[in-house]
Amino acid sequence: MRRPPRLWRPSSRFVWASIAGSGLVALPVLALGLTALSPAATSIWPHLVANVIPDALANTAMLLVGVGLLCSLIGVGTAWLVTQYEFPGRRAFEWLLVLPLAIPTYLTAYIYVEFLGFQGPLQTALRALTGYRSLRDYWFPDPRNLAGAIFVMGIVLYPYVYLSVRALFGLQSATIVESARTLGAARGALFWRIGLPMARPALVAGLTLALLETLNDIGATEYLGVRSLTLSIYTTWLNRGSLAGAAQISCVMLVLVVVLIATEARLRGERRFTLSVRQPRAVGRRRLSGRAALATSAICALPLLFGALLPMGFLLQEVLTRGLLQQFDMALLRNLWNALLLSAGAALIVVALGLGIVAAGRLGRETWLPALARIASLGYALPGTVLALGLLVPLAAFDNLVADTVSALFGVNPGLILIGSGAALVIAYVVRFLSIAISGIQSGLARISPRIDDAARALGSSSGEVLRQVHWPLARPAIAAAALLVFVDCLKELPATLLLRPLNVDTLATIVYGHASRGMFEDGALAALLIVIAGLYPAIILARAGGTKR
Amino acid sequence: MIDKTRLSLIALASCLLATPVLAQSVNLYTTREPALLNPALEAFTKDTGIKVNAVFLKDGLQERIKAEGANSPADVMLVVDVGEINAAVDAGITQPVKSALVDKTVPAQLRGAQDNWVTLTKRGRVVVVSKERVKQDAITYEDLADPKWKGKFCIRAGQHPYNNAFFAAYLTHHGAEKTEAYLKALKANTARKPGGGDRDVARDILSGQCDIALINTYYIGLMSTATNEQKGWFEAIKPLKTTFANGGTHVNVSAAAIAKHAPNKDNAVKLIEYMLSEKAQVLYGDGNFEFPVNADVKESAIVKLIGTVTPDKVALTDIAKNRKAAADLVDKAGFDN
Repeated sequence: MRRPPRLWRPSSRFVWASIAGSGLVALPVLALGLTALSPAATSIWPHLVANVIPDALANTAMLLVGVGLLCSLIGVGTAWLVTQYEFPGRRAFEWLLVLPLAIPTYLTAYIYVEFLGFQGPLQTALRALTGYRSLRDYWFPDPRNLAGAIFVMGIVLYPYVYLSVRALFGLQSATIVESARTLGAARGALFWRIGLPMARPALVAGLTLALLETLNDIGATEYLGVRSLTLSIYTTWLNRGSLAGAAQISCVMLVLVVVLIATEARLRGERRFTLSVRQPRAVGRRRLSGRAALATSAICALPLLFGALLPMGFLLQEVLTRGLLQQFDMALLRNLWNALLLSAGAALIVVALGLGIVAAGRLGRETWLPALARIASLGYALPGTVLALGLLVPLAAFDNLVADTVSALFGVNPGLILIGSGAALVIAYVVRFLSIAISGIQSGLARISPRIDDAARALGSSSGEVLRQVHWPLARPAIAAAALLVFVDCLKELPATLLLRPLNVDTLATIVYGHASRGMFEDGALAALLIVIAGLYPAIILARAGGTKR
Repeated sequence: MIDKTRLSLIALASCLLATPVLAQSVNLYTTREPALLNPALEAFTKDTGIKVNAVFLKDGLQERIKAEGANSPADVMLVVDVGEINAAVDAGITQPVKSALVDKTVPAQLRGAQDNWVTLTKRGRVVVVSKERVKQDAITYEDLADPKWKGKFCIRAGQHPYNNAFFAAYLTHHGAEKTEAYLKALKANTARKPGGGDRDVARDILSGQCDIALINTYYIGLMSTATNEQKGWFEAIKPLKTTFANGGTHVNVSAAAIAKHAPNKDNAVKLIEYMLSEKAQVLYGDGNFEFPVNADVKESAIVKLIGTVTPDKVALTDIAKNRKAAADLVDKAGFDN
């Protein structure tokens, strides 16, 4: 479909948002490129290609395929069930299914190693029942391998797919579905022939987020013993002392990611599915009863059980049995406040920028506007620490410039204003998570036919009015969901927070990590639970606010 | 949409994070976990009136100080690996620690060239075995490659800094060829894929998954005082007197350095001197079951637990130099595969 000619330009505010957002994201990417080209870089490639890359590539590919399949299966499956059927607990499942995302992946990994471990409840019970004494007497699944990593990442990250696909299933035009039913299509055929093809863009959007997070993970994969490409970046940087070499691997990975995403977009072509111009009616849900209803509830309960209830139960048990409630003091409250403030601030900025970027790309005639949106999405395609290292250099250079100028002019040294104030953290969150907002808002707006824009334009609306009066009301659930995702991701964000925060500032995530890194992650259970609760509250608000209204 | 006013409110709110810095203060960048440091830091503030502003970093401490440049608030950096502290010196972000007290307390081989860094505490990397299934009291690192341990040896990832430094020490002793053969033999002995943390090997000994493992000494101490199931892990293991065949125990350090552009240099020296005092060595060293560097501290908690340890003669700086080569050998041997 050719982009129809536009008679007006998007408001300059949107264009500026595009330029600001993509410029901000381009900063660390450029810094990374410069590091990779540094003259100090000795060639690491012969060694890496001979000894590291083949295995790392194979491990990473298997990890991505496994996590991709698991996320799609759980994400699409549960999204279809909660939007198409009525069964006991459906309303609660609709938002509860997002919960696993609120627990940092590496914690879920630690928890499963404990839970399935020798002293975990399952093995203890097994020994009590059988009289076995040690692992020499019996076999028990060990999560410390590729399969374990796929399970953990899949169970934590499927909500990206679920959220994205559910929003689409929920709004599928009743007309299409009813036509199909009139033509005698069974529910199964509806899913395979209409639901799934229409959901493909949303599935790809959600899956992209989940897989990028998998690709860039270091905590869980390293703990579970998976030698991934990202791990080779770390060892090149830390053990071989070659930041330039690490930057080179990161750049290669980034190019691979960009090529993969572009290929998918090309394969999908210009196929787009939009709602009819008329107010879309939602499809009625089919009421299930008896065994079918119970089975459906059980299916939805499974990912929730393994992804959220079990890890949260574990944390809660640690808090209670270890008397961690006494950790609840002013310092912890201050960390909570820091985390909320930084995350909420970043989420607001991310969503505002994301809206501007998406609106400019949609309304603008210039072909470079969608290109800016793509640049602005790059932040999520890099490992968090690499991104933070890339940001460190330009931000510190800016801080030093300001400090030197101010002290030359006024004789007072203000210190490092971005890094010293925590503003650097907000910038890092914005850079890292802008793509989540862009992809969420894009898939929200993609459903609105461009003909609606044209009609509004014909009636004399400005682009700002189109956004406010047409796009906002229709895409609000998607925008709110994007804001929630960004907020929760900021709450859990670790690598950039560790590297860029000012003196004396901690967040919940850094506290949890501090305990984990000295081998006592259980001591961080209270702070970890606070992350979940802080993410849970807005999720409930969101669910009540209308995502579910029909 | 949010307008400019709200944006500036957010900017203002994020400034609320910044804590005002007192006149008498010292700024500490540390890769040591705060819970392990706080008792000694609190005592320092109480005894000297100097407030410690700290930030706990992990990877990238050196890059951050370097990027912050001349306006960096960093006074003292505290890290836990000899390679890391040497890298900081090489990056040119340190300055000599000028203190007669430091020179007197810390032997020269435990200080960097031109006193650019100072050891605060030491830790050994030793072998632990199943108390129940292995009957011996001493072992050499070389013996770990003996095929009799086939399917019984557990270790965290070979690329983890603790193992990286250990393999670098082995490389210094035996050269590249023998080290590669050693790595392959060790790998052949593993009961499971190298991974997890140091404490996990103790659990795996308890469960019967392995009989013999490598672990840092302070973890043995920390597990001995645990109040949860880790107490059981401790009770399942027995530390062996572990040495190189022609040397001592592999030792790594926690070390401190003064940042090149330290705005509170005098206080930085005071903090390092304080960390070397008997009081702080007990609070910081004993609290973490590390070996104190101050010889006046007798009967440290870790010695009571596992006996004295004779550090290997290989110079720490050689270990630091061999890290890259050791990392390459670990890859070549497919150790972590």
